[in-house]
Amino acid sequence: MQPVSYARATDVTSAIATVSADPESAFLAGGTTEVDLLRQDVVRPKRLVDINALPLTEIEDLPGGGLRIGALARMSDVAEAPGVVERFPVISQALVLGASAQLRHMASMGGNLLQRVRCSYFRDIASPCNKRVPGTGCSALEGINRGHAVLGTSDHCIATHPSDLAVALMALDAVVHTDGPSGHRAIGIDDFFLLPGDTPHIEHPLQHGELVVSIEVPPTPVARRSLYLKVRDRESYEFALASVAVALRVEGGRVGEVRLALGGVATKPWRARQAERELLGQPAERASFARAAAAEMAAAVPRGMNAFKVELAQRAMVRALEQATRMGGAA
Amino acid sequence: MSDGRSAPAVAEAAALQTRGPDAVPVELSINGVTHELRIEPRVSLLDALRERLDLTGTKKGCDQGTCGACTVWVDGRRVLACLTLAMVCEGHEVTTIEGLASGEELHPMQRAFLDHDAFQCGYCTAGQIMSAVALLEEGHASSDAEIAEWMSGNICRCAAYPNIRAAVREVRDGQRGGASAAG
Repeated sequence: MQPVSYARATDVTSAIATVSADPESAFLAGGTTEVDLLRQDVVRPKRLVDINALPLTEIEDLPGGGLRIGALARMSDVAEAPGVVERFPVISQALVLGASAQLRHMASMGGNLLQRVRCSYFRDIASPCNKRVPGTGCSALEGINRGHAVLGTSDHCIATHPSDLAVALMALDAVVHTDGPSGHRAIGIDDFFLLPGDTPHIEHPLQHGELVVSIEVPPTPVARRSLYLKVRDRESYEFALASVAVALRVEGGRVGEVRLALGGVATKPWRARQAERELLGQPAERASFARAAAAEMAAAVPRGMNAFKVELAQRAMVRALEQATRMGGAA
Repeated sequence: MSDGRSAPAVAEAAALQTRGPDAVPVELSINGVTHELRIEPRVSLLDALRERLDLTGTKKGCDQGTCGACTVWVDGRRVLACLTLAMVCEGHEVTTIEGLASGEELHPMQRAFLDHDAFQCGYCTAGQIMSAVALLEEGHASSDAEIAEWMSGNICRCAAYPNIRAAVREVRDGQRGGASAAG
């Protein structure tokens, strides 16, 4: 880890001014990804601007049924907030199924969205990686790629987006609010995560010095009947091989409304729009769920060791939809 | 958006005071005692505890946030000292395993770990105990399955898990009986 200097910010404007004026400065929040990557020389800022003292920790139930979460609210606090547990269980479950209790106390909501990929080649500075050093090639294409993505990939990068939270937020059409050198912006969650294409080093549409200040979830009545299913190699404290965020309303035995998003299988939190279209109006039963899941995964591009994810993601979608159907029946 | 900070305000804001990258004076409050030390900003809380303050009860396992051996509390919440920079803890209260006992009297969780033989090599034990006391505070120890889930951030390569759970259960049930186990 190279030497680094430190500044503590107490107001948002000064934090943004300090980072945006210096290309070699970076914000520091919970540090659970950043300190790890600093130590491995994967990221090399010369100055850290500690934003943990900024007043961005509030979790607010908005009039009308929405939710606003401060960017520095910790994963553990958001997971247990009554309004989240009651009205957006998929968010609470995605948070609790991520990381460990210690890390959830440390990690912020904004940092969670901005966490870097867990691809071992990205994190090993001796390996070629287009995300870390553009133009050097992707070691995962022909390498150890069991954990890598099958959706949204390119020939330049197949790293899986690691966040569970972001999958839940994708299903709920959340909006990311930022402040930056050019003022305030509201960015739809789908636009906040970029596909790798031929620029995998550009992951978000943020300017240098632009700071996530809050995440807003619009009123979503269907989210009261939502859940997060996570399939992984061990039962706890592990990243997803495939995960599903689902919210479902069944009317007269048919799918009246559905939100479906996938984690663990794509280069960004993946809204399963094809499956949603296939499901609407169909009988809420296994056969329709399987057809929709197959339709979503038709575009999958497996690469050797990760081919099992194409089937696994379909089974996970079917199971999550069946669980959500049973919840709906009990409502 | 009307609620945003304006671009001119950012342009006019003064840059923040910067410290380092060389060693700078840092004041840390650990187990209720204030320590003054000179460290570089890149120094982790874990290294500051072990290498500068001789508080070696907190262990370095993976140094990358995956094993839990370095679990300490900051402002009463369990966190990983390896992924926490020491300077970030200025103005906050750090508690380590050395701060758990009252003089010669062990914390009930320390006592329970001894009574239940909840370790073999002992390397993960300080982290397990700091995590276990916090777990009871957090209220996620109602069943063995819940204990396992909420202790999953503390790896024990000797696999003393059944005995660790037994120790946690004993302190939990002792608390239900009215005995105080406050840390």
